[in-house]
Amino acid sequence: MENIPEQFAHIKGWGVDADPENEPTYPMKHYTGDDRRRMNYERPPRQTNGIEVLHSNERPGLTAVYGTSSPPSGLSGVIRRFAFRFSEGSFGHWLPLILADRVNMIEGIFDDLRHGFFPNIMAERGWKAEWKYNKKGLAKRALIGALIATAAIVLLSKNKGPKKRQLAASDDDWLHRW
Amino acid sequence: MLAMNYRGPFRVRADRNKPYPEILHPNDAIVRVTRSCICGSDLHLYHGLVPDTRVGMTFGHEFTGVVEEVGPGVQKLKVGDHVLVPFNIACGTCPFCKQELYGNCHESNPEATAVGGIFGYSHTAGGYDGGQAEYVRVPYADVGPEVIPAWMDPDDAVLLTDVVPTGYQAAEMGGIKKGDTVVVFGAGPVGIMAAKCSWLFGAGRVIIIDQLDYRLEFARTYAQCEAYNFRSLGDPVLFIKKTTDYFGADVCIDAVGCEAAGSAMQTLTGRKMLLQAGSSTALFWAINAVKKGGIVSVVGVYGPTGNLVPIGNVLNKGLTIRANQASVKRLLPKLISHVQNGYIDPKGIITHRLPLEEVAEAYHIFSQKLDHCIKPVLVPAAA
Ligand SMILES: NC(=O)c1ccc[n+]([C@@H]2O[C@H](COP(=O)([O-])OP(=O)(O)OC[C@H]3O[C@@H](n4cnc5c(N)ncnc54)[C@H](O)[C@@H]3O)[C@@H](O)[C@H]2O)c1
Ligand SMILES: [Zn+2]
Ligand SMILES: [Zn+2]
Repeated sequence: MENIPEQFAHIKGWGVDADPENEPTYPMKHYTGDDRRRMNYERPPRQTNGIEVLHSNERPGLTAVYGTSSPPSGLSGVIRRFAFRFSEGSFGHWLPLILADRVNMIEGIFDDLRHGFFPNIMAERGWKAEWKYNKKGLAKRALIGALIATAAIVLLSKNKGPKKRQLAASDDDWLHRW
Repeated sequence: MLAMNYRGPFRVRADRNKPYPEILHPNDAIVRVTRSCICGSDLHLYHGLVPDTRVGMTFGHEFTGVVEEVGPGVQKLKVGDHVLVPFNIACGTCPFCKQELYGNCHESNPEATAVGGIFGYSHTAGGYDGGQAEYVRVPYADVGPEVIPAWMDPDDAVLLTDVVPTGYQAAEMGGIKKGDTVVVFGAGPVGIMAAKCSWLFGAGRVIIIDQLDYRLEFARTYAQCEAYNFRSLGDPVLFIKKTTDYFGADVCIDAVGCEAAGSAMQTLTGRKMLLQAGSSTALFWAINAVKKGGIVSVVGVYGPTGNLVPIGNVLNKGLTIRANQASVKRLLPKLISHVQNGYIDPKGIITHRLPLEEVAEAYHIFSQKLDHCIKPVLVPAAA
């Protein structure tokens, strides 16, 4: 720090308007000057264990601690590893991760079945609460669903054509609401 | 042990076969959970909006619990201590922690440099299993956890892990001057707390905006503020301009985040097509409704890719935008004393109390805003 003035001696007026009071990050940040040392701080001891942890390519390695919840696995894991080749500022990082999450959801169902467990999707969606607190809404939705399904079946059996799309759209809406 | 288990968007359950957490680092502790809330942030995970939310994860970043076991490096925390655990995982020694930016620790999340580690908040926030379980691993146990004072109700304590500090910091970042008009978007737990805390900074007028009448009604009494439904206001920005003599609010707070309603275009591109990191309707309104040279404080959470906001108006109006995850540890001493003095009544916002077994129902109720829900808390049987 001390040699900065010499370093900038050739710049006329260097630092004349520096104002330590101009600190819009207060009181969120208690400015100490530690930022100057960059990453050269004393790091906490490092967590060690054998699981696979992906790390952002915007840092040199792992952090001192990390979560061990669900290591990458299966096809979703392959997609996640691919995603981590891109930096956090890139869609190439985040869009594959969203795709991996959807693939992972299907893997989850197969995983349940493999363990002899048949997931009760209605229960997982908390429909018991819907029944308890929103019977009217539930009935309305069931009715609309039934109507759409009947209409779609009627239309599809009449001619194959474009109405197929309508079914897909309402299905998607159903997915988003529930 | 019993733990919440995420199975995909809108699907969670309580499973009994989750392995007990282990000490994986000398500064870890294992905590037996006594209270665990569901947060508006959890809804972003639950709705499948946060990238790298893996199936099998346990959510939960707002919890209290009793210390069951400590690693060899832990010095302050003792087995048997009843603690409240800030939602941020913070090392206490990196340059960011040293400057009290505990929500921006650089040693707790390998997966993303832009986000500090958060309990139970996807792999984008470090891949930690969270507190909607009977037991949880707490890293850096000497840094975050705070022993709950003997006089404090555990229901108050659990809200000091996130909602109270977040609401308080929302008001603090607003740089409120005595007499200021503060507009808070969102009457969820965070917005209600932000409105309440705005008075502590000397606001002259506090207005809260939402679309749910029962929440507005609640905010009116709990936060003693004006409350308006944007569905009946027409254009909420114009309403705020008119009610401030066509000047604009002094401070606007975004306590909604990426699942904002109110604009079909934002909802379609942000929440349905995922072309944006969620919808930024509330932030859009905040920027447009604040006065020139005003301050916009953002605590609503957005995803990492990017959002449509009127940045040209930010420039032309000379706005200051302040935003962060709350730095819970920084604020705790002050907020504990505010609770003791009766300035804030955290547990007053809890409306639902469910056993951990009923986690699927709890998420559904909170997500669909059923039964006039403001804040649900899960209580494990072992608590
Ligand atoms: N920064 C932090 O540290 C931090 C901590 C906790 C929560 N959060 C974030 O704060 C936000 C709110 O959390 P919460 O627990 O109160 O959630 P919540 O879902 O209970 O509340 C959000 C409220 O916003 C309302 N809303 C929707 N669109 C709106 C609009 N356009 N204008 C005004 N109101 C609108 C909803 O009706 C709802 O009442 C979330 O994004 C959450 O992730 C941030
Ligand atoms: Zn939270
Ligand atoms: Zn740190």
